[in-house]
Amino acid sequence: MATDVHGSVTDEEEEIGAVGLRKEQRAVRAASGAAVQVDGLVRAFGGRAVLDELQLDIQTGEFVALLGRSGCGKSTLLKVLAGLDRDIEGEVLVPRRKAVAFQAPRLMPWKRVWRNVLLGLPGRPERDTAVRALEEVGLGHRVDAWPKTLSGGEAQRASLARALVREPDLLLLDEPFGALDALTRIKAQQLVAELWQERGCAVLLVTHDVEEALLLADRALVMEDGRIAYETTVDLPRPREISDPGFGALRARLLERLGVAGAQSTAPAHSPADSSTDRAAEAA
Amino acid sequence: MVPVSGRRRVVPRWVRRTVGPVALVVLWQVLSATGVLEGDILASPGTIAATAGDLVSDGTLPSAMLVSLQRVAVGLVLGGVAGVVLALVSGLSRLGEDLVDATVQMLRSIPWVGVIPLFIIWLGIGEAPKIALISLGVAFHLYLNVYAGIRGVDAQLVEAGTSLGLSRWGLIRHVVLPGALPGAMTGLRYSLATAWLALVFGEQVNADDGLGFLMNQAREFFRTDVIVVCLVVYAILGLIADFLVRTLERLLLQWRPTFTGQ
Ligand SMILES: Nc1ncnc2c1ncn2[C@@H]1O[C@H](COP(=O)(O)OP(=O)(O)O)[C@@H](O)[C@H]1O
Ligand SMILES: [Mg+2]
Repeated sequence: MATDVHGSVTDEEEEIGAVGLRKEQRAVRAASGAAVQVDGLVRAFGGRAVLDELQLDIQTGEFVALLGRSGCGKSTLLKVLAGLDRDIEGEVLVPRRKAVAFQAPRLMPWKRVWRNVLLGLPGRPERDTAVRALEEVGLGHRVDAWPKTLSGGEAQRASLARALVREPDLLLLDEPFGALDALTRIKAQQLVAELWQERGCAVLLVTHDVEEALLLADRALVMEDGRIAYETTVDLPRPREISDPGFGALRARLLERLGVAGAQSTAPAHSPADSSTDRAAEAA
Repeated sequence: MVPVSGRRRVVPRWVRRTVGPVALVVLWQVLSATGVLEGDILASPGTIAATAGDLVSDGTLPSAMLVSLQRVAVGLVLGGVAGVVLALVSGLSRLGEDLVDATVQMLRSIPWVGVIPLFIIWLGIGEAPKIALISLGVAFHLYLNVYAGIRGVDAQLVEAGTSLGLSRWGLIRHVVLPGALPGAMTGLRYSLATAWLALVFGEQVNADDGLGFLMNQAREFFRTDVIVVCLVVYAILGLIADFLVRTLERLLLQWRPTFTGQ
């Protein structure tokens, strides 16, 4: 069952509750099928609507990639879903348990890595909880490090561990790989894919990288003029390969939607056997 | 072929850096010994050293130091508490900011040493005006730096803390205050320097004990040797205080890469 973040806040009324209760809630959500329901969402800055009657549904356990030009409002949407921006109109239903990883790792420099991971968890979490989460992202050897001594990739993984240790039903990722070098980025993407498959939480990944979207997501959205202007299901077998014949066609189509001219030339010819489906979301 | 380490054997740097000061002291001693520099103008280094020995052995200097140190300590504690509390009030709440910060920024343009006459009228000539002056200087510097530190905390970290579910108090405790600590340490360093300065000024006012009293008394009798000894003591105490703050910084700010060294 999703929690209400309707306009001004009416969130936080739900019990964090015991695990059993959470399972029950999960079951309810699975029945209704939606982890996120957004309807008629408007967010304006100084009279300019950055999000304009936006509509969005994300299914439980679904991995959704959100593409769009820089400045089109992706981060704004993510902040609303994270409950960090309550200055909105419209209806927004999100799970109570959600976690965010930002483009910059945003670790508290004055707390050792493991304390960063546990920060904000209810109760008195054990150090072991953090160690396990850090091992999961391959950072078991940096548990006691100061954040400023981590490399970019390590810091980003620590940030991911901090998000995952919250056992979120919705994981919000805002261009988390944007600042990483190519090799580190590939590893981080694989890690996210693995973790998502283990956890089964819904993921909204904001990215400007079409290939990244196609490697990871069940569905890719393109945002334009403050709403979801286009969406396509990414029906490629996992683990995904860039060399997959369906991949090029999808990439070409998305790049075209994003207004990148001439990008199609690199893509293989569109085959009618292409397993992906697409549907343009009606802009009401 | 030229060897890579074509460096000639040079005199170590610290030796070179000692040459100047030593030469100056030697010159000073020579000038005093030849009578060019009279004792009434400036005592010779030898005389000063002997006087220092006397002042220490007859207990005058240690007891004067103790009195002065006590003044600094009390002023530091009072001013420190006041400065930090005011900075927290105006750093952490809008209302506090409007009430406190505007006032402090207005008073800021007044040279704080200039309030000595007022303090004497209000508080007499005992311990109170001296301690008040030290407290005032300390409070000002701490306030400005702690307040700036709090306001300078990265908004992105605050947002991250919020997304992690931290309450308002949790944010203050885990994000805002630690983030303001480097600024607070800078403030502490400035305010210690200020405290010594305030002590020197304050002790010129009718002190009947302490280092300032020793200096005033020496002035009456043209004892330049005693005056120089007191100046050296002020300097040494200042250096010790600075060393203590640096040690504290290394302990508290070890998360900063710049402090991992040595
Ligand atoms: N706090 C804010 N105040 C004013 N304008 C903002 C604010 N946050 C975002 N915007 C504006 O909203 C638009 C969308 O920003 P953002 O969501 O960050 O874009 P992106 O899709 O690149 O993540 C931009 O034009 C930006 O200038
Ligand atoms: Mg963005």
